[in-house]
Amino acid sequence: MARLTASVATRLLMLVVVLFVISISVFLLVHLLPGNPAYAILGPGATPAGVERVVHELGLNKPLTTQYLSWFGRAVRGNLGNSYLTHQPVGATIGHAFPVDLELVILSQVIAFAIAIPMAVAAARHQGKWIDRTFTAGSFGMLSMPPFVIGVPLLLALAVTAHLFPATGYIPIYKEFLTNLHEMLLPSITLAIGSVAVYYRLLRSDLISTLQEEFVTLARSKGLSDRAVMYRHALRPSTIPLVTATAINVGSLLGGAVIVEYIFDLPGMGLLLVNGINSRDYMMVQGVILTLATAFVIINFLADILYRVIDPRVRHA
Amino acid sequence: MPNEPVPTCRSVTGAAGVGGVGGAGISLTDATAESGRHGGPDGAGSGAGTGTMSAAGGTGKGNGTRRAVGNGKGGDATGVGARSRRRLGPAFWVAAAWTCVIVLAAIFANLLPLTNPNLIGAGPPSAAPSLHHFLGTDELGRDILSRIVFGARVSLVVGFASIAVAAVIGGGLGIVAGYIGGVFDWLANAVAYIILAFPPLLLLLAIAAFSHQTIPKLVAEFAFLALAPLFRITRASTLAVAGREYVQAAVASGASRLRILVREVLPAVLPSVISYAILGVAIVIVGEGSLAFLGLSVAIPAPSWGNMIAEGRTLLTLDPWISLIPSLAMLSLLLALNLCADKLGEYFEVREAKL
Repeated sequence: MARLTASVATRLLMLVVVLFVISISVFLLVHLLPGNPAYAILGPGATPAGVERVVHELGLNKPLTTQYLSWFGRAVRGNLGNSYLTHQPVGATIGHAFPVDLELVILSQVIAFAIAIPMAVAAARHQGKWIDRTFTAGSFGMLSMPPFVIGVPLLLALAVTAHLFPATGYIPIYKEFLTNLHEMLLPSITLAIGSVAVYYRLLRSDLISTLQEEFVTLARSKGLSDRAVMYRHALRPSTIPLVTATAINVGSLLGGAVIVEYIFDLPGMGLLLVNGINSRDYMMVQGVILTLATAFVIINFLADILYRVIDPRVRHA
Repeated sequence: MPNEPVPTCRSVTGAAGVGGVGGAGISLTDATAESGRHGGPDGAGSGAGTGTMSAAGGTGKGNGTRRAVGNGKGGDATGVGARSRRRLGPAFWVAAAWTCVIVLAAIFANLLPLTNPNLIGAGPPSAAPSLHHFLGTDELGRDILSRIVFGARVSLVVGFASIAVAAVIGGGLGIVAGYIGGVFDWLANAVAYIILAFPPLLLLLAIAAFSHQTIPKLVAEFAFLALAPLFRITRASTLAVAGREYVQAAVASGASRLRILVREVLPAVLPSVISYAILGVAIVIVGEGSLAFLGLSVAIPAPSWGNMIAEGRTLLTLDPWISLIPSLAMLSLLLALNLCADKLGEYFEVREAKL
């Protein structure tokens, strides 16, 4: 237990360091631009009086450290400035967009597990047979289909040609539950494809090595069916590596979500970011990057801790 | 009833991948997962005692620091079969040949009988594939085959150059850190951990938002992102090698540290670094393609596969091939690179890089 506490403490320290580095980098982004950051904040329509006011309000004429501290203070309280395009607070806009990403990521992972687990179980049961070879070859294909490659063909085949899904459109899940699911399904499938390959490959080799264990032989010798052995005994110890892999995957999912939202026109963080970049809405870009980077780091931290807590071998290592 | 089995043969699962820039779901993780399953010595011993290697220690990117516990059972757990051992197989050669075709075409694009990729009206707009334009033309009448060949340059240059830089610097640091250890090792690991904590595509988008992208800048950005994973893989492989008898023999015979690193450790570490580096090239190409798709890579009108997919998207209902052809090109290249990396890893029995 003491070891666990110590390792959690180390991680916590690292987390603080990483968050500090992230906040400084994001803060400095605006200062990397040539010229006065006030122009970046106000956008192309900046007036001299407006610049004067922003410089005064944000203390842009004070030393960088002072500026950073006051910026950090505001950011922690959710004040990320205003979008110069919409004049809305960036924090509130992000608040509306974040649930879209959350739903997209969760739905895609549910789909990925629903496909990858039966595939891996079938492949492990028939190791080396045609079904195993087909699935393994298929997983290679899926590994080579990032959202920007597969998204457009899927849109063409399933939405434009077959009319199975709407091509674009979004209604929040709390307003129209079924319509929302219908709209989110194709984007989630696009995002899920890469994850299927990752989970399938991990689980397949994990299961194959588990099946050589003595406890599996025992379960078999009790007369349990293949299926029961698989789902009741062999699959269970693979939960931990799957949790780990999911956590590691979060980074690529956040990146993938940006592309998917761009393709399917979903009003999430990714679309905010890309639109913000294209319209030089720097406050929006800064806010979105800060939020996503923080979320990513915290999710990884929690997964790391969770995995230490649930796996006794790591705990005692 | 053994309800809560604690299997002892599970080896390390996690690895801190480049995180699949662009959300491909490709990350170094899965390669490790595939090849890193072998807990103990397996039948066809290559002299590699890969049993226990708790690489990375405490400072490792947490998820990966699971200890490998020797698997007494032995045997080839991935079940690829002993007969494919020590043979790369036809799939590898097909994939390698296809990669070479794309690379050579991109290098010698100027010598090939192709029209100017940016020539508007080289043919009728949105023409279907024909004898004059093998892959048809886009909405501006530009030759798609020519744009594919020239467009491969951006992806390939960024992919290979950034990984080469990262492999030399990251690999060099990794081998030194792994062999020498101590404060340097601890420090390098801590820095790698912090770099890995950033979501990669966000970092690229942030830079794209605040400055214009050029090819050298893209190479530098991707090299930076790939530095930490390649460092960790090299370091982990070095740790596995450093204690072996033949290295100890070299130490005992009075060889210098430099000589040991270059003559004994490097050759043993190289195979795993190479197979991960190829995977890294695929990941970087996905990253660059994602940026180009969003219009945030090198400026148009220079063709790149990512921006061709994006441009063709607007005409999807009328002329789907304008977007589908670059998609297929990208898919085939990624497939080839992933296959090469996987088969090489299998061939060299890469399994110790377990971060």
